[in-house]
Amino acid sequence: MKSKTIRRWSFIHTWTSLICTAFLLMLALTGLPLIFHHEIDHLLGDAPQVKQLPAGTPTLDLQQLVLAAQAHRPGEVMQYFGWDDDEPNAVLTIMAPTADTEPNSSHTFMLDARTGEAIDVPSANGGIMMVMLRLHVDMFAGLPGKLLLAFMGILFVLAIISGTVLYLPFMRRHDFATVRTDKSRRLRWLDLHNLIGVVTLTWALVVGVTGVISASADLIIAAWRAETLSAMIEPYRDAPPLTHLAPASDLLHIAAKAAPDMQPDFIAFPGTRFSSEHHYSVFMKGNTHLTSHLLTPVLIDASNLEVTAVAGRPWYMDAMGMSQPLHFGDYGGMPMKVLWAALDLLTIVVLGSGLYLWWVRRRAAKESAR
Amino acid sequence: MKPRQSSFWKVFSIPLAIGLVGATGLFCALLDDGAWDALSWIGLGIPVWLSVRGLLKR
Repeated sequence: MKSKTIRRWSFIHTWTSLICTAFLLMLALTGLPLIFHHEIDHLLGDAPQVKQLPAGTPTLDLQQLVLAAQAHRPGEVMQYFGWDDDEPNAVLTIMAPTADTEPNSSHTFMLDARTGEAIDVPSANGGIMMVMLRLHVDMFAGLPGKLLLAFMGILFVLAIISGTVLYLPFMRRHDFATVRTDKSRRLRWLDLHNLIGVVTLTWALVVGVTGVISASADLIIAAWRAETLSAMIEPYRDAPPLTHLAPASDLLHIAAKAAPDMQPDFIAFPGTRFSSEHHYSVFMKGNTHLTSHLLTPVLIDASNLEVTAVAGRPWYMDAMGMSQPLHFGDYGGMPMKVLWAALDLLTIVVLGSGLYLWWVRRRAAKESAR
Repeated sequence: MKPRQSSFWKVFSIPLAIGLVGATGLFCALLDDGAWDALSWIGLGIPVWLSVRGLLKR
């Protein structure tokens, strides 16, 4: 590699890193507790407590749960019902003043599927873990915050790529994993920056790219609404607003018939951003490990309960679905979470050492100029 | 001077192998639990182990 080429890549590496470092440090620090949010919720007593009832206690039908939800929060409307494999006896419920209320202003709780009793989910509505999540997702700045973080993620990926290119001229004369501890503090940290940077490369790229995809979720959902959803609900474009909502009781049976061999993941009620003004959308997930992250919506007419369409899955919705586990690190048990946290801490070391190396070089350049 | 090709493989063969094992692990755990998860622990454990070894070197 010519020295001019090296200087160019070095310039790219320095500036893409410098611009995103402060944000990446914030993301790495807030991401750390989020890896263990399940365990932390339990420790803080913020995990929902579902009662033990005799096995085989019959469950209520969905319309009874809708009525229970409305009795619990009168004056609000249903947005979503969601199912969690870890909590088969409860249904996650999200309500808001209007169906199109933005997610951060909605209220999340659970309903006992057998009694209709409301169960608090404190960590979904506030508290320290919610602060961490909001800082991590949008810095309390809504869409502009998400897009800024997505841009920082792109710079991070560029920094990783340029760093990998620079790894070659730096390491040509050294064996892999060389750490010079006997020369100077700068050389030790330079070697550590190179070593840790290159071995954590795959993980950092995957978490970086999936983070960018997740941060763009609002745009992806908007594209899905404009492309896929609007085509499916074309016949309803001039339909009058719904006056009567058919009961939700049979939605899961109807959806199961329309999308066999799939499991319900969540139901979007009419007027929410995952549905139309005239439909219940039942989002079905695949029943293997891999396909459980891919969602297929079944649109059910909310006045007569006829299936309007089983939507195809555009690639960008699949990309968004697969990004979640690959970003959260929640798909390989506790050992994976611990390794995820270790890699997060190592990323902080790479960011910190990079900052240090830049600072030392700058000071040296200034002194030699004097 | 040696051809560039050889220095590329000298420098990148080990990192590339580590990267591939890591990527395989990340993907495998998506397929199923059990042995597939264990593969991901190995794939992610190697970078962590090498990093910590480097940090502890005196």
